[in-house]
Amino acid sequence: MNTYRVKKRKEKTAAVGKDVGKAAGRAPDRNSARRTEALLLRIMVYCAAALSASVIFIIIAYILITGVPHLSPELFAARYNRENVSMLPAIINTVVMTALSLAIAVPLGVFSAVYLTEYARRGSRLVALVRITAETLSGIPSIVYGLFGFLMFAVYFGWGYSILGGALTLAVMILPLVMRTTEEALMSVPDSYREGSFGLGAGRLRTVFRVVLPSAAPGVLAGVVLGTGRIVGETAALIYTAGTAAGVPGNILKSGRTLAVHMYALYSEGLYMDQASATAVVLLAVTALINFLSAVIAHKLINR
Amino acid sequence: MNRAAVVMNNFREKAMKIVFMAAACTSIASVALICFFLFTNGVPAIAEIGLGEFICGRIWKPESGMYGIFPMIVGSIYVTAGAIIIGVPLGILTAIYMAEFCGPRTYKVLKPAIDLLSGIPSVVYGFFGLMVIVPAVHRLTGVSGKGVLSASVLLGIMILPTIISVAESALRAVPKNYYEGSLALGATHERSVFKVTLPAAASGVLAGVVLGIGRAIGETMAVIMVAGNQAVIPRSVLGGVRTMTSNIVLEMGYAADLHREALIATAVVLLVFILIINLSFSCLKKGK
Repeated sequence: MNTYRVKKRKEKTAAVGKDVGKAAGRAPDRNSARRTEALLLRIMVYCAAALSASVIFIIIAYILITGVPHLSPELFAARYNRENVSMLPAIINTVVMTALSLAIAVPLGVFSAVYLTEYARRGSRLVALVRITAETLSGIPSIVYGLFGFLMFAVYFGWGYSILGGALTLAVMILPLVMRTTEEALMSVPDSYREGSFGLGAGRLRTVFRVVLPSAAPGVLAGVVLGTGRIVGETAALIYTAGTAAGVPGNILKSGRTLAVHMYALYSEGLYMDQASATAVVLLAVTALINFLSAVIAHKLINR
Repeated sequence: MNRAAVVMNNFREKAMKIVFMAAACTSIASVALICFFLFTNGVPAIAEIGLGEFICGRIWKPESGMYGIFPMIVGSIYVTAGAIIIGVPLGILTAIYMAEFCGPRTYKVLKPAIDLLSGIPSVVYGFFGLMVIVPAVHRLTGVSGKGVLSASVLLGIMILPTIISVAESALRAVPKNYYEGSLALGATHERSVFKVTLPAAASGVLAGVVLGIGRAIGETMAVIMVAGNQAVIPRSVLGGVRTMTSNIVLEMGYAADLHREALIATAVVLLVFILIINLSFSCLKKGK
């Protein structure tokens, strides 16, 4: 469709240009000014796009080129020690952290979205307040979340640095994300589905769980995938909540670092730059995988 | 249906409604808890140091009891401004390219690449900045390379995907007949895009810029790795700089007592900054 538009546009501008040239005496001059302006704007846009694109490809290429040669089998040894600097414990911690945070944030986010779209009256005060606070939450920087988690879970509850504290902090952080994507998905479910369900005698609750939520599932899943991406990439909110212990903790009330924190720790120790660049490759691969998944889900959403 | 089942059903409906409502209240509770913990721990420190001394004090020397975060506030503003100068024009022009100029084939490559860029963790960006941008600045200028310039360039890159994707969807949401009307009046494609489509999408583009600013001012790990972190007001764009966010992460690990509370108070100031930005933006949106 795009190419078609471009072709058509070219014909059109050419035709208009000719007409103007014939009609007015000074026209060729004005015409060339028009052309120069168009050309300059076009060059500007193309240069900017080329610059952005090259920045992206330089970053990706740099990470791959410096990191891939350092991906050795011992980086994936079962236990971390000073010799092998294994990242496997960090990967396991990341999985645990993601699962825990999602287990907390997804039901809360989905249920609040259900309340907002299916139960609340239009224009109720509570709904307005929920929306404002959710918006506020999504704007709070991750380090502020980290401090909050530190003060509440590590200090006030006395847990110290713990996986659970980190997971709770991250759950609060991704809550608005899950809520918003679910809400959008619920709103796109046609009202006729609900009416049909009510008409068959189902109550509101049954309608929500049997009709509305299943047809909004891909949207909910999109929120889950986005949330996973944020959890995997998060560092600042975890350093002072889950801590930086390098091994896999025996239980979730002990400290353990995720992959991104692991990479930061390697950087700040300053001794393991090669291993840090290998970690960057793994993080990049995880990011790419998450993006791929969310693209697949988005595709499903459109082709329904 | 017998009566007992109906009562049971009604009860279940009511109970679940309360559960849903309670879930909806978690975000309110979260904001309340965040504010409570930060303010109760931070505000006493501000009171003890003195608000003026804390915000306008130019010297941060916790070991000798001097807690002025003015250099950090200035630092945050500098690097954010730098990121805006670099990221916003580039982002908007790239969005224009993607929405109005590029063919479907280029788009198919560029769009996933930009999505990937927005998903890359900030530590990875920091690492890239440390290994590529800092040495490049060092080679060009001769100074250490860690400073406002490197941090601005890196943050400018980091906010690119946010600005591009929000601005692009804003541009695409502009009704096509605006653009066609402009073409019909004899304007070129380029002129129509810049003089008609872009102004019509202004509020959406602005939303992207504000999101980008929020991300830049709140960014921590990447900035720590490239900014040099000296707690002084930088003399030039090459000078080392410490932002409010990095101040917290750098010293929280060993801080105690008033020092720790002063760091929490830094987070309070940061939070107030963010709230002001968001609030002024939503006022701006409502005003239109």
